[in-house]
Amino acid sequence: MMDNTQLLELSMRIRMDVLEMIRAAGSGHPGGSFSAVEILVELYWNVMNVRPGEPRWNGRDKFILSKGHACPALYSVLARRGYFDPSELSTFRKLGSRLQGHPNMLNLQGLDASTGSLGHGLSIACGLAHGMRLNKNNNRVYCLLGDGELQEGSVWEAAMTASHYNLQHLTAIVDRNRVQLDGNVSEVMEIEPLVDKWLAFGWDVIVAEGHSFPSLEKAFEHCRETPYPSVIIANTVKGKGVSFMEGTCKWHGRCPDEEEYDTALREIREGLS
Amino acid sequence: MNNLKATKEGYVEGILQAGRENSRVVVIEGDVSRSIGSSSFGEEFPERFFNLGVSEQDMLGEAAGLALEGFIPFVGTYGVFVAGRAWDQIRTDICYMNLDVRIGGAHGGISVGPDGATHQALEDIALMRVLPNMKVLVPADSNQTKASVLASLNTGGPVFIRFGRDPVPQVYGMEEPVRIGRGNLLEEGNDVTLVACGVMVSISLEASSILRKKGISAGVIDMVSVKPIDRELLLEQAGSTGAVVVAEDHQISGGLFGAVAEVLALELPVPVASIAVPDSFGTSGSPFELRDRFGLTSTAIAENAERLLG
Repeated sequence: MMDNTQLLELSMRIRMDVLEMIRAAGSGHPGGSFSAVEILVELYWNVMNVRPGEPRWNGRDKFILSKGHACPALYSVLARRGYFDPSELSTFRKLGSRLQGHPNMLNLQGLDASTGSLGHGLSIACGLAHGMRLNKNNNRVYCLLGDGELQEGSVWEAAMTASHYNLQHLTAIVDRNRVQLDGNVSEVMEIEPLVDKWLAFGWDVIVAEGHSFPSLEKAFEHCRETPYPSVIIANTVKGKGVSFMEGTCKWHGRCPDEEEYDTALREIREGLS
Repeated sequence: MNNLKATKEGYVEGILQAGRENSRVVVIEGDVSRSIGSSSFGEEFPERFFNLGVSEQDMLGEAAGLALEGFIPFVGTYGVFVAGRAWDQIRTDICYMNLDVRIGGAHGGISVGPDGATHQALEDIALMRVLPNMKVLVPADSNQTKASVLASLNTGGPVFIRFGRDPVPQVYGMEEPVRIGRGNLLEEGNDVTLVACGVMVSISLEASSILRKKGISAGVIDMVSVKPIDRELLLEQAGSTGAVVVAEDHQISGGLFGAVAEVLALELPVPVASIAVPDSFGTSGSPFELRDRFGLTSTAIAENAERLLG
């Protein structure tokens, strides 16, 4: 286990990577990557049983990034965790790169599925959980969804399956940053009451502060104990860490110019908030 | 050759045998298992049978997850819904990851007759054929459907198998294997080549007899493997006869006619005619009446062959 200071430093490092990757690529999704950083760090350093040197190890827990556009954060996490050399991060979105604009598991062994089309990940995660149960494997499956993504009806098909078959080794995390491409989730298409929805679908629901490691740690602990499929509603901030990116849809999928890059980098270094 | 049997029965026989021989075979259903008959797999292997209710998208995503865990899922539901509703899941979750998922498209073509246009899968071959890594099998009878299911276990990546509900004539014996990428030359011919898949194979054989009586020698290819298509057999036969009629119970665009025309246009541009549903929706009626309505008949095939030969 890493202590809180180490985790915060890592998160800062990852935000710097993400910013640099998107700048080098000339495109990408900073807002939803920054909101997911602490969740990914907590998963890959403190929660999941993985072997970075042996990425397809059978005894590993599995992770599906259903909100595939946040892959810059995942790539950085994998690199910093030891799956591949961080120098490769600069190839993100470029021709021939293993780091595709949305995750391609056939290119990069640390990925457990290819994703990018929203609303798919939870069904894949259910299939993994079912498969693990048949294989008498007690590992866990984690699936990170965006909150805008919950507007996809297929998410709720999967939610029914998970509770009908009681896939208790499945934990979903909703990156509840309240902003989607076109604007605020509440204005584009309201998804509240979110806790009630998941409860009604038969899930154990826990609300966490998605940028607080102690809060996330408690939530994941709860999920390991519960006899039901579980979901963590992680309250986050879109664009977390850079003042002008926070809470706005303008930075859902935009590359910063030189000046914006310099300011963003400085703010991340100074540890805004 | 005259006993009638629905191709869906071959699908069920196939998955049962596959399940008995291979413990990695699992079946995913979407509330139509009693209609297809695959509920019998659930009775024999309850732990390897998942009914996910009316949720095609979830079925295909779930299949991807099970395949990632090393299982070989057979996802069976009506072709019109699986190919249409879950196309994005088939594309991204299964074809993009090149996973060992087998999709059983039931009620293919106009075989579902009276249920009408909403339930008649007339676009499924086109929708599946266009996907990278996907293989598309359209067997002609129940024996060949069973053989298609078993053949799908000998290949990697996704496979779509189309079958139907109405009883159709048996063309094949019990033990004739399907080879993915290979068609079958059922009859040799010198003047014209009839290329067909599914129920149109037995109808093309009838057309060949009609033509023979008129002194025209028509070869018949059963192109069970629509993708990958048997390019070699097609070019060989089209080359020797110089004219091709393609027959399928599918829209004229994107199906077997498209697959054949793509090969011929690039490599051997001979005159080609198409017997298919003419870019229109189906309607209620018996499969027999509907084939008549859309011109999917032996007479129409023979007439088109004669027209090509001028």
